[in-house]
Amino acid sequence: MAVGQNVLRREGYEKLTGAARYIDDIALDGMLYGKTVRSAIPRGRVKTITFDPGYDWSRVVIADYRDIPGDNYVALIENDQPLLAETEIRHCEEPILLVAAESKREAEIAARRVIIEYEESAPLLTIEQALNSDETIYGSDNIFKRFLIARGDVDEGFKQADHIITGEYRVPHQEQLYIETQGMIAIPAKDSMTVMGSMQCPYYVHKAIKQLFNLQDEQAIVIQTTTGGGFGGKEEYPSMIAAHAALLAHKAQRPVKMIYDRSEDIASTPKRHPGIIRHRTGVMSDGRLIASEIEILFDGGAYATLSSVVLSRGAIHAQGPYKCENLRVTARAVATNTPPNGAFRGFGAPQVTFAYELQMEKIASELGIDPLELRRVNMLREGDITATGQRLTWSVGSEAVLDAAVERSGFVEKRRTISQNNSGAKRRGIGLSFFFHGAGFTGSGEAKMKAQAGVEITPEGRARVLAGSTEIGQGTRTIFCQIVADELGISYDDVEVEDPDTSRVPDSGPTVASRTCMVVGRVIQLAARESKDRLLQFVAERFGESEVKLIEGWFTADGKRLVRFDETAREYVNLRGELRAYARYASPPGVEWDDDTYSGDAYPVFSYGADVAEVEVDLDTCEVTTLKITTAQDIGRAIHPILAAGQIEGGTLQAVGYGLFEELVWDRGRVVNNRLTNYIIPTSLDAPEMETIIVEKEYPYGPFGAKGVGELPMDGAAPAIAAAIYNATGALVNEIPITPERLLAALENMPATDSRQARSDQR
Amino acid sequence: MKITFQINGVEREIDSPPMKRLLDVLREDLRLTGTKEGCGEGECGACSVIVDGEVINSCLAPICQMQGANLLTAEGLSRDGRLDPLQQAFLECGAAQCGICTPGMLISARSLLDANPRPTRDEIKEAIAGNLCRCTGYIKIIDAIEFAAGARR
Repeated sequence: MAVGQNVLRREGYEKLTGAARYIDDIALDGMLYGKTVRSAIPRGRVKTITFDPGYDWSRVVIADYRDIPGDNYVALIENDQPLLAETEIRHCEEPILLVAAESKREAEIAARRVIIEYEESAPLLTIEQALNSDETIYGSDNIFKRFLIARGDVDEGFKQADHIITGEYRVPHQEQLYIETQGMIAIPAKDSMTVMGSMQCPYYVHKAIKQLFNLQDEQAIVIQTTTGGGFGGKEEYPSMIAAHAALLAHKAQRPVKMIYDRSEDIASTPKRHPGIIRHRTGVMSDGRLIASEIEILFDGGAYATLSSVVLSRGAIHAQGPYKCENLRVTARAVATNTPPNGAFRGFGAPQVTFAYELQMEKIASELGIDPLELRRVNMLREGDITATGQRLTWSVGSEAVLDAAVERSGFVEKRRTISQNNSGAKRRGIGLSFFFHGAGFTGSGEAKMKAQAGVEITPEGRARVLAGSTEIGQGTRTIFCQIVADELGISYDDVEVEDPDTSRVPDSGPTVASRTCMVVGRVIQLAARESKDRLLQFVAERFGESEVKLIEGWFTADGKRLVRFDETAREYVNLRGELRAYARYASPPGVEWDDDTYSGDAYPVFSYGADVAEVEVDLDTCEVTTLKITTAQDIGRAIHPILAAGQIEGGTLQAVGYGLFEELVWDRGRVVNNRLTNYIIPTSLDAPEMETIIVEKEYPYGPFGAKGVGELPMDGAAPAIAAAIYNATGALVNEIPITPERLLAALENMPATDSRQARSDQR
Repeated sequence: MKITFQINGVEREIDSPPMKRLLDVLREDLRLTGTKEGCGEGECGACSVIVDGEVINSCLAPICQMQGANLLTAEGLSRDGRLDPLQQAFLECGAAQCGICTPGMLISARSLLDANPRPTRDEIKEAIAGNLCRCTGYIKIIDAIEFAAGARR
């Protein structure tokens, strides 16, 4: 068996020897280098564009919106974002014009010689400004999208409640900070356009290139090159840069490479949505939640892009893995004159998780209930019903993860010890978070998309996976091979994966939403089964046997080996032609969703997690050190335990950054710390010790029981750290990142007795 | 300007503007693209190489400083297509995910183990603190370096 084993990752050798080719490692003959000229203002109109007469423009190819043969938008959901601004400017760094030259340096010089004059308007730069201003920048009210989730009778619930607790929580932008910046090469041909580069979703780029030039499917060829991290940041934006490179290549009739440098990448590409989340919770004296009213506001930036789906996931996860029969969630995505926010691992869930988990801490504190007990009283268990009315019928690891994290970390004992002797300038704290994450597209997304993937049996006797899903470091290639090997009954070494190239692989959907293993892995498993069935029938006919099996690379009947797999594959292809089997995703039975009432089975299944964070807080400097995180995550089945743990550890550290360090500084709609010098992500010295516990509550409709793992780890660490800081200092900081400045302010704002207590203990 | 140096055990001479970044000479002139650019200002460590036994950021070093130097890049770690124990440990421990930081990380790890064959976990953390990784949470990288150190004993 390959599933459950730590086989060596497929593309590991190339990555370890420096042989792997990322997009910037590729140079083509006659290639030009492209550069984007961007807006310097957040809102207004382009008045004039002047090309410096002192510069020799004959050596430069220039493209603007008038050069676009198709429609001027990035193909996505609303199609409201132009590829190149015409006259109206809606955010800083909006692309206006493109230049291409013989070298990167020359292109940069040329770009600086383009002088743009603007007529500026007053921008709306924050959620509050967008909601309170008379100015409209989108529709009639600056709202991209609204959702309402309602259950029971909220007003009646609040009447019955013994206590009503309110809280407001604020979450910031977060930059994906993949170490490989965005980049593409476009190669023009007479009747087609090929684009290759760093991306998560080849078929998104394919759609964008098709509509840019009015091409047929086969005339646009999109190839993913080895991709140096994505985390959502290479979901939608690669369509933009691919279209820009292709437009320049089309005009120049030469290949064009565009690679963003770090400062351009941070300044202009999408970030995690910042937000404000308000909770009003009605609680009974024993801790039961009886009414819950939640308001979510996300800043979508200047264009709709993915905000509606980020908001949807946020709204569905807003109540957390907790029961409450009377509930109302209202969610709005707001337009501002800032670069569009978009996909980042977690996709709306980390924001709301921080809010609901801090609200639980607050409730526990105000009621004088142990926070662990409060979670246990309210947690969703098998058979319980979620905020959208979904009954949880299978693979519910909620209790198992909480128990595992609490036991393994020694939470209860450590918390008791801390409460007994926590004094001096350095305070210890321990806190927990409990969370869940729906894998796959939300609601009817997967049912509508019907992801397709295939398995080909080659004449050499190998199996080849055909899918548009991409390897972005998470291990797609490896787990696909494991799944196919075990489904067929052949060796892991005899399975390979076709490169994600739209001319060779079907659209298995984007590599997002924790769906690659659970959804696409399942489709690949079904395709493998179909190809195997054809071979079994072929062997049965040939040997006159009725019950043929494929075991360890041999076709057998009655326990006797008949013929080898590779020999059969060769013979089948010779006699009957190509053997390719395709399958499509179908929702598990009984999974139903109603888009109109926003109710039903939001996801076929949830993954569950619990984090325990241990911190040390220096009361003199207000610096926080995360000492250890113990995390238990129920992911159904770990196809590859090391890769799964790698996802959990990596996602958890990104969430430590989210909770403590990562902050974009804005000045009039522009990011001013768009460099690695001043946008701080965790280094090895900031990384806590981690203990990872994988819990496996098998999901009957996932491949070998697997659920999603990609995003879940991003949800829990920030609130667990905030809870630990609360435990250490008595300050519940309702806004992340919890920088020393924010913690100091929170300590100073504490009720005098608590604060005096902390300070006097220190002395 | 003509500059001669040893790289991955081979003597090379190149003709280059003296202030061209070592990183660009490696990637463009020598086509050694294993060394990566992540930030261009010495923060991320993706461009780490060993020069005369010391790890440097090749994005901050002009080529004119390399006259007579002995350089090691990620391509120089394996011999005849065989991974060295550190690379093998990275592979087995799951220390490479997207792989873009991996060459620089291997270089810092190699430099550490050359100077300190039996490092503690804290010493390992210190040695790779200049190499940013966004995928792994560093745990499996530290595991791999520890494992490789053990294997060499």
